[in-house]
Formats: sequence, structure tokens, C-alpha cells
Amino acid sequence: MSQLSLRSLSKSFGTFTVFDKLDLDAETGEIVVIFGGSGTGKTILLRLIAGVEEPTAGTISIAGEDAADIAPEHRGVGMAFQNFALFPHMSAAENIASPLRAMHATEDKVAAGVAKAAKLLKIDHVLGHAPRELSNGQKQRTALARALAAEPRILLLDDPLRNVDAKLRFEMRLELPRLLRQSGATVLYVTQDYKEAMALADRIAVLAGGKFVQIATPEDIYLRPATLGVARLFGDPSINTLDTAIATDGASVNVAGKPLSIARDYKAHAGKPVTFGVRPEAVSLATSGMTAEVMAVTPLNERVVLLLTAEGGWELLASLPSTAKVPEPGSTVHLAFAAEGTHLFDKATGERLHG
Amino acid sequence: MDHTSTLEKLIRGVLITLVVIFFMFPIVWIFLMSFQTNESILRIPPSVVFTPTVENYVALVTGQMKTAAGSLQLNFMQNLWNSVLLSSASVVIALILGVPAAYAFARFKFRLGEDIAFTLLSFRFAPPLLVLLPLSLYFKTLGLTNTYVGLIWVYQLICLPLILWIVRGYFEDLSPDIEHAHRIAGYSWFQTFRKISIPLALPGIAAAGLLAFIFAWNNFVFALVLASADKQPVTVGALAFVTASGIQYGQIAAAIIFSIVPTFVLAMFAQRYLVEGLSLGAVKG
Repeated sequence: MSQLSLRSLSKSFGTFTVFDKLDLDAETGEIVVIFGGSGTGKTILLRLIAGVEEPTAGTISIAGEDAADIAPEHRGVGMAFQNFALFPHMSAAENIASPLRAMHATEDKVAAGVAKAAKLLKIDHVLGHAPRELSNGQKQRTALARALAAEPRILLLDDPLRNVDAKLRFEMRLELPRLLRQSGATVLYVTQDYKEAMALADRIAVLAGGKFVQIATPEDIYLRPATLGVARLFGDPSINTLDTAIATDGASVNVAGKPLSIARDYKAHAGKPVTFGVRPEAVSLATSGMTAEVMAVTPLNERVVLLLTAEGGWELLASLPSTAKVPEPGSTVHLAFAAEGTHLFDKATGERLHG
Repeated sequence: MDHTSTLEKLIRGVLITLVVIFFMFPIVWIFLMSFQTNESILRIPPSVVFTPTVENYVALVTGQMKTAAGSLQLNFMQNLWNSVLLSSASVVIALILGVPAAYAFARFKFRLGEDIAFTLLSFRFAPPLLVLLPLSLYFKTLGLTNTYVGLIWVYQLICLPLILWIVRGYFEDLSPDIEHAHRIAGYSWFQTFRKISIPLALPGIAAAGLLAFIFAWNNFVFALVLASADKQPVTVGALAFVTASGIQYGQIAAAIIFSIVPTFVLAMFAQRYLVEGLSLGAVKG
């Protein structure tokens, strides 16, 4: 039995459908990242689970029990809002204490719970402060501490790192997995930063166009994206694409009139129009093969990104380790494509073809 | 830090003084009048030098007005008490009814919601006299003429729309997420309303309450038509100073000073509250 399960969950406002027939199961202690662009309904999904908004159709079950008639205060969820939503007229300590007080805990237990959550999130020194006196990072930690304090069964985190500065975001990305594991709760974590999703998730559920396009481990999402859309969302720089068709032998695609052999066998799809996708990391320089002109060289962290124009005018990016020998702009190079970063997507549906 | 020149400071000082004199003059003049006899008030040319007397205040408190034509009975202290009772009871009832209603209008979309809210506001558009004639007939039938209950009921026409619309704006400005967070933290709808919504909208509630009190206090025409001597507030009671033997300016002035006091005290109290409300979050919770 899953701790949380969604069955054909739909939400619409009037004639506008936010999402339609979502299914998801999350086990106890699992961290599921809901990933999607802005306006895909990630926040609304969390609100439905928290019970502060009602679904148009479908069911939400918490620990096997239909939550439809359970009021938000009885669902045993904790939630951290993107805008923190701290109670402005209470100190940080009182904010964190509020879920404990709601359970009529004794003063000792409240104090112990607040101290524990505050220590975990390193905000012990600002407990007496009012929310307006806290920095954004401290506000965010206070909101997290409040969500964690009552040790909820389900923890809903709505893009908690959105409004904090880059340094803290990086630190929290390292700390959060440990913290969330310690809590033992089932975590639904909303973000639109793919690095955050990859760093935190046991599984990622990609929400796009009102559907979960793919629900899989970060590794699967990256290496075996279900659709071209998913492949585009994960990876920086994003995947190179070229509209082409599979040759009749099923083992090559047509690039600028020449066959480019692909490592897998797509005989079943021979002749089909496809989108050829190759990750910039899968592109390497070779001694022979497809030729390309180097247009620009951009050093980027530990990697160097090349902008190339291949035969037929196909513009693509290659991301090489900075230890590699980097060619001059204007020079001509040969390219090779690693199989594991190369995918074919059906041109009509965008779905990845299995070779 | 200070970039203002001496000239700027001077001009600013002069302007502020002018504004203060403009607004304070009538009040100061009335204050001075209240310590003079009718003779010294009507003296030509007027003078600020006079021998102060408290006989105007004595007359109000004892209820004995001495005029050139003899002694008259005065009901002023009763009027003052009526004003206090009518205004505060009206505001309290309007708050009890208006604040939850304002919350409902701000948070929930329901059928005819906007129409109901607008209808309530439209009570403020109608000329009171237009309503009063039929109302006085109904009140006679219901036995509500010249009762506190009847007057307080009619005063809701003044207080309720004001409170409803001002407080609604304050509730709408509150982020629903703060309320949601409190619900999720484990509190019922009513606890959230009491512990989150009301405290956070308190500056607005205080402002609306104060405004409604002032409007109720200054009301004249409702009480004039619907109440007789023993239930009349100060606004109507002041008519008693227009006597057969002349207008009692000194006592009117003293009566005004008396009737300013409750509103003034309330404004002072509410103002402190308003400022405290605006600095919410700075105060330890």
C-alpha cells in the first residue's frame, strides 16, 4: 500500500483544464520530484493533496484512505510554500511551534520540537525574531522547519529554493536529501530546476501539457527520456535535434544527404520521419566521419561548449571536458556520436523510439 | 543625510503652521467660547481677553439653563449618554455582523455574492430622508419608535456597509497561503479565522470601526425623526440651545467640547492601535 496515491486526478477552472487524469504512487520515505515549467499546475497539485483546494475529479488516498472528506488539518501533511507564508504576527519560534500546539502538545514537547527543527535547519539564533526581520534564506528555513516540526507523514515542498540566493540554494541542495531522509516522510517536491530535481529525487514525475509525461528515476529520465520534450527539459546545454528520417536499413539516419549510422537497430521503424537527438556530451571529436566547422568556443565550468555547423547547415552544440584539446574557431573537425546520448523520436508524436 | 536648505525648512515651517491654524482655529475658538458668557461672546469687536467662567459647563451638567427669560430644563447629559450608547452599540453590532460577512465576501465566490455586497453599499447612496418616512410608519406599527433597539437597528444603515467594504479590502490583501499554511498546520477553519485572519486585518477593522463610530455619532436625521427627547443623541439635543430668548452660544460651545471628547479619546486609542498594526511583525508575537 502506498503512502500517497493519486488516481485519475483532474483539476480545471471553468473550461480551462490544468491537468487531466494524473496517476501517481509514492511510498513511505520516498522523495518524488514533480518537475515542470511554470503554469503546468505543480503548485495546484500540492494544494489538492494538502486539501486546501478540491479536485474536479479523481481521488487522493493517504495511507490507503480516501482523503476527499478529510479536512486539511487532519490529513497529516506538512507543506512549505514557495512564498514561505509565515505567520507575520508570530515569532519564528511560534511559527515552528504552531503545528505542535495544534496537536495540544505539552510546553516541554513544543519547546523540544522547536529546538530540534531549528537545530536541524540551523536557525536556532533567530528563533525570537519576527518573520519580517529574517533574511529570505532564514524565512525559507523557518517555513521548512514549520513543515517538518510535527513529523508529518507527507511533506509537500513547493519550490522551496526558488526565492533564495544562489549560494544558499547550492548548500540546501546538498543538505536537503539528508534532511528529508531523516524525516522519514513521503516527500513531494516541486521544482522547475532540473539540477535540483536530479540531485534530490528518488523518482521524477515530469508534468507537461496536463499529464505526467514520464515518471522514472533521474537516471532513466536523463538516459532514456520518454519524449523529445522530456529530453529537452533535462540537460544543459539542451539536447541537439535534427529532423530527418530513418533509412531503409533501419541502422542509419539521413544527415545532409549522407547516411549517419546509429548504434541501435530501428528496422521496425525504417523510413519513418524522426527527430534525431544527440546530447552535447555525447558529441566528441574524431579523426574521421561527419565534418563540421567550429563557430564559437565557450568555456563553461568544467566543460567547453563548442557551437558547430555540420554538413547541411545543421547547427549543434558539443560539450567537451575542458581537459580535451579544444579546436580553434573557424577550423574544421570530424564528429562522432556516443550511442548512449543519441535518441530517435517519432516526429509526429515526439515519443522516443525503441531500437 | 540632511540636504534641505534653510529656506526650504523655513517655507515648510510656515506652510505647516498655516495648515494647523486653518484646521485648529474653529476648535480653539469654540474652546474659548465655552468659557465665556453670551454677552462677552457677542461683544463687538470680539476679543480674546475675557474673564473665564465655567457656568456653561455647570449648566450642562446640572441641567439648569438660565436664560434672560428664566430657567429652562436641559437634557444634555442624557443626550450625551444616548450618543455614547447608540454609537458604540451600533458599531459593536456592525462589527459582529460585518467582519465575518466581509471575510465571506473576500474569500468565497458564491451566487449573487457581488450583488449582495453592492446592495449593502447602495444603502449609503440613498438620501436618508427618502427612507425615513416609510420607516417611521413601520416603526410605529412595530412599536420601535423611540427605542434604543430601533435606533441601533437603523444605525446599521450607516455602520454596516462602511465596515463591510473597508474590512473586505483588508481581508482581500491577506495572502490566502498564510491561512492555508495555518490550516495545514492542524487548525480548523474557525481557529484560523480567529488566530490569523482577524489579527492580521485588525488595523483595518480598527479603522473601519472608528470611522463607523464617527459617522454614527454625527448622525442627525435618523434620531430627529425616530426618537423623542429622552432617546435623542447630542446632535439633535443641541437644538435645545436655540431658545425663545436667543441662541445660547456659550452652552453650545461647551456642549460641542463635551461631545468631541468621546470621539477624540477613541481616535487617540485607535490611532495607537493603527500604528501598532502597521508595524506588525516588528512586534514580538
